[in-house]
Amino acid sequence: MTIDRNARILSVETWDDYVLMRLASPAVGRGARPGQFVMVKVTAEPFPLLRRPLSIHDAGASGFSLFFKVCGLGTDILARRRPGDVLDVIGPLGTGFSVSEEFRGKRVLLVGGGRGAAPLYFLGRELKALGARVGVLYGGRCVSDIPLRHEFEAAGLAPACSTDDGTFGFRGLVTELLADEAARGPADFVFVCGPEAMMSAVAAKVREQGVPAEFSLESMMGCGIGACWGCVRRVRSRDGTGWTKICEEGPVFAGDRIVWED
Amino acid sequence: MADLTTDLGFLRLKNPVIAASGTFGYGTEFEPYLDLEKLGGFVVKGLYFEPREGNPPPRLVETPSGLINAVGLQGVGVEAFADKVLPRLKGLDTAVIVNVCGADEDEYVAVVEFLDGHEGIAAYELNISCPNVKAEGLCPALSPGTTHRLVKKVKGVSRRPVITKLSPNVTDIGEIARAAEDAGADAISLVNTFLAMAVDIETRRPKLANVFGGLSGPAIRPLALRLVFQVASRVKVPVIGMGGIMSGADALEFLIAGAAAVEVGTANFVDPDASLRVIREVDAWCDARGVSRLRDVVGTIRVS
Repeated sequence: MTIDRNARILSVETWDDYVLMRLASPAVGRGARPGQFVMVKVTAEPFPLLRRPLSIHDAGASGFSLFFKVCGLGTDILARRRPGDVLDVIGPLGTGFSVSEEFRGKRVLLVGGGRGAAPLYFLGRELKALGARVGVLYGGRCVSDIPLRHEFEAAGLAPACSTDDGTFGFRGLVTELLADEAARGPADFVFVCGPEAMMSAVAAKVREQGVPAEFSLESMMGCGIGACWGCVRRVRSRDGTGWTKICEEGPVFAGDRIVWED
Repeated sequence: MADLTTDLGFLRLKNPVIAASGTFGYGTEFEPYLDLEKLGGFVVKGLYFEPREGNPPPRLVETPSGLINAVGLQGVGVEAFADKVLPRLKGLDTAVIVNVCGADEDEYVAVVEFLDGHEGIAAYELNISCPNVKAEGLCPALSPGTTHRLVKKVKGVSRRPVITKLSPNVTDIGEIARAAEDAGADAISLVNTFLAMAVDIETRRPKLANVFGGLSGPAIRPLALRLVFQVASRVKVPVIGMGGIMSGADALEFLIAGAAAVEVGTANFVDPDASLRVIREVDAWCDARGVSRLRDVVGTIRVS
């Protein structure tokens, strides 16, 4: 974790409200792990005041990339930044997915919805490099919500896609794709990131199947470094349940630790 | 390089910049981003006697140039603080100040008595003013009577200096500050957050689960400055000013208005090393104007 006040934007690709931004930042890219995030200052002015927490979409020795959806003032300002502009970024932050040698030869499923696909690209690449058999399920409301499908394909991680309105792939929810996958035999592990309702439905499904899973949670954050205690979620630990900081212990949690709201 | 040392009487600081309670965790969270020993001091997150669960989320709302929080003082309690946190802070060459909370007078006293048995603490900051732990933001700092009684009780047991942190949500801040001073407070710090709220116009629900929260950040700076100026002109004990300080210029406004030291709060969320920037900029201001001792600037406001 470091402050890089000189993260230069290399490229900005947009699809409607979705943005893929590549940045040169060895300091942040070098140590980043799948599922970690960065805190991005979108303006030097005091409004909007706070940094924005954004998932790391990919990373390497020379930098990292972000994939986000414009959903408010902060992300709107960020989406207007151009190649050559310099951003002030803190990262890599938080606890990511548990990626290890143990996944070699294992069948793993990545389930992503909308902007939640962001960290799954990095994760999929790493798992594939480790020799895991990686399946990607990628859903959205309509075709414009699943723009990363080409990126996944190019990385040899061709996703099974679903859209609520049937404008691309299977018409329905990504959880239904998950049920189809299960019919072909159980996965060894499932990694999930997407809207709350989707993750909660996936959590119920994998619990029923007895498959271990990890979920990347989203929250508004004040600081991203564990100081403000603003981004809490009810999570189980040995001493019962309590409000746990998503930025510090998460954003990735084992499915059986998360208390889902009904 | 100007002389930035600050003498509060009961405590000497290497500079007047203190990281504010509730925005600086237990200090250790910031070690990757700054050298804690460069700070004048820091105030650790408010401590109740027992661990405290805090409020349900959402706990934060961003507003124009500001932040409303209703964290509800979630924290580890004094025992875990003394066992796990304090050993990591001991020996630091900076003033470690503990923000003391309580549901009632007895709890404030219990926290102070417990911490008095441990080393490595320079002073207590009595948090009589957190607005979001109880309905309607009630707290002892809202009346001179409850302020006086609580400060007196804590001063009666404490072996350490007691800074009393005031709420801005009062009609006559001078009266409350005087009550704290009369009861023996060694210094007054202000302001805590302004009681505030925000509404989601689609769901028509409050944006915070707690309904109310405390507003901080640059949005409150002019409001805070007015209160600090008024208190500094009413009490003899040192005043520690805070409220939306992001830069050296902001800090200087408070110092000129009469604050002997300042606390940097919400800025720590935006830039974990914000306090160092404030120190650097204050120093540069002094150098550019030939000010050799920063303390000569304190209270030099010209009001004709």
